[in-house]
Amino acid sequence: MAMATPLPSDAGTDAGVRSRARPGPRQPLSTAERMLAVFSYFLTVYRRTWRGSIIGRFLSPLFFLLAMGVGLGSLVNDRVGGVDGLPYLQFVVPAIVATQTMWVAMGESTYQVLGYIKWNMGYHAMLASPMSVRDVLRGHFLAVAAHLTTATTIFMGVAALFGGFRSVAAVFCLPIAILTGLAFTTPIFAFTARQEGDDGFNILFRWVVTPLMLFSGTFFPVEQFPGWMQPIAWVTPLWHGVEACRDVATGAVALGPFVGHVAVLAVYVAVGWWLAERSFAARLVP
Amino acid sequence: MVLGSVATVTEDETLLSATGLTKTFGDFTAVDGIDFAVRKGECFGFLGPNGAGKSSTMRMVGCVSPVTSGELRLFGLDPARHGPAIRARLGSCPQRDTLDEELTVEENLWVYGRYFGLSRKEVRTRAAELLDFAQLTDRAGDKVEPLSGGMKRRLTIARSLINSPEILLLDEPTTGLDPQARHVLWDRLFRLKRSGVTLVLTTHYMDEAEQLCDRLVVMDHGRIVAEGSPRSLIDEYSTREVLELRFDAEDHQDVAEQVTGIGERVEVLPDRLLVYADDGDQAAAVVHSRGIEPLSALVRRATLEDVFLHLTGRTLVD
Ligand SMILES: Nc1ncnc2c1ncn2[C@@H]1O[C@H](COP(=O)(O)OP(=O)(O)O)[C@@H](O)[C@H]1O
Ligand SMILES: [Mg+2]
Repeated sequence: MAMATPLPSDAGTDAGVRSRARPGPRQPLSTAERMLAVFSYFLTVYRRTWRGSIIGRFLSPLFFLLAMGVGLGSLVNDRVGGVDGLPYLQFVVPAIVATQTMWVAMGESTYQVLGYIKWNMGYHAMLASPMSVRDVLRGHFLAVAAHLTTATTIFMGVAALFGGFRSVAAVFCLPIAILTGLAFTTPIFAFTARQEGDDGFNILFRWVVTPLMLFSGTFFPVEQFPGWMQPIAWVTPLWHGVEACRDVATGAVALGPFVGHVAVLAVYVAVGWWLAERSFAARLVP
Repeated sequence: MVLGSVATVTEDETLLSATGLTKTFGDFTAVDGIDFAVRKGECFGFLGPNGAGKSSTMRMVGCVSPVTSGELRLFGLDPARHGPAIRARLGSCPQRDTLDEELTVEENLWVYGRYFGLSRKEVRTRAAELLDFAQLTDRAGDKVEPLSGGMKRRLTIARSLINSPEILLLDEPTTGLDPQARHVLWDRLFRLKRSGVTLVLTTHYMDEAEQLCDRLVVMDHGRIVAEGSPRSLIDEYSTREVLELRFDAEDHQDVAEQVTGIGERVEVLPDRLLVYADDGDQAAAVVHSRGIEPLSALVRRATLEDVFLHLTGRTLVD
């Protein structure tokens, strides 16, 4: 057996570069290195858990396509000839692509974040290293973005097989849907970092996620509501995500409104980020 | 390989120093203006009961909790301005393990090494060396969750060494471990010290402090009440030996006056009397000659527990 030694051996250190595994002052990590170091943790976790989550990623679009597209869709098509001349499936699928990102954001930014703060204290482990609160936030944000990308890609792939999209232009739903998910991610990060237990998550589900899903024009146009109610939809990020995805998928993009939708989503990401940095710092730096 | 910065240090170099170090949480002062300095290569301890402010101190030293007031320097650097650069050179074992129990033993090390900017290759090599050091090689591919408390603690220590820290911070390294696991851990810490790593630890076990620390401070209510080597503290604040007397009495206060004048000093605890005398056997003989009949009489060497009792009037572990 080799002598048990806590000192680094020469093997494995990169020749030419002063190794950071050697005692003494170290070369600081670049911003990208720090973000990727945190991201690589989440990647390691994902390597262990992807099998469990991937089935759900395929099943949830299937359920929706069956229930909404085939079940509800045939009713709508038979009675009123679709929505604005569009088969119901092609009306609803781009909207669900946007809406499912809200659930993915919820799934990845609530219990997970609270766990890293309170239960397994994974964030604290990172903060004992050269990582800062901002690095931790960046790395986890990147990980949620990766989850959103995977989930949305799978969702869109399955939906495409069922004829849920009218044209290949629908591929541009992918970045918009991811942006929609991120518009939820940063505010939820900020909210979660202020929670002690999971009570707040139930409130979030019941009073935010569910109403948003129902009233953001996902399943029927918000124009169905009385005029005074419609402005409520305008301030929610989901309505903007739904509209932008639907416009892109149906080839009905009007530049002005589209830019407006994207801008609102971007503002949600930015303001959420600002709040998240503050609540993470307040919670993690005693 | 450039090692100049390490080669030029002198043995009595101060790596860590604090002056008037203070931490408050709202109105509450957890650390109340303490001064200390840690020299390269020594093992320095904070001994004190729960709530003394040890962890709050360690978190400031670990540059994860900002200093409220006072001056703190590590490697001559100010944590407020150079936190990441200092943390790059520290190893940290917090009071509560922050391992990812869903990952394997070696994955925990690999992931952690990346936070310090080690390359994938370096991380693998270091992880193998450290698992060997922590005697966990045969558990490398196992999940952390089912490991024993002692193994998890050794893994935490192995992980904290991934960046070859010059100072290793250990907050209650053996609390909650069984005696055998503690001894294994102590043995690893001795090795680390011999290899030149400066150790800073907290404990509320006087035997741990005596075993491991070259120098220590005794903390109570956020203040330092005494400072020195375990030996010098005992010499200064206690006699060499202690005679422990137990009586068949509800309250030992009632029997205390029977032994007045024996030894240098008597401490009264709820369940026993402690007679401080340089020669315990002789004190026991005097007790006997007075016709006092305790249930038991035990002579032992004085420990840091006695120092703490003398300084604060309380026991360390209650
Ligand atoms: N984050 C915090 N907020 C408020 N009070 C705290 C916090 N951390 C520690 N304290 C208080 O500070 C005191 C010292 O705690 P600590 O440093 O953990 O002591 P020790 O490690 O010696 O047991 C305790 O009374 C504790 O309740
Ligand atoms: Mg503590």
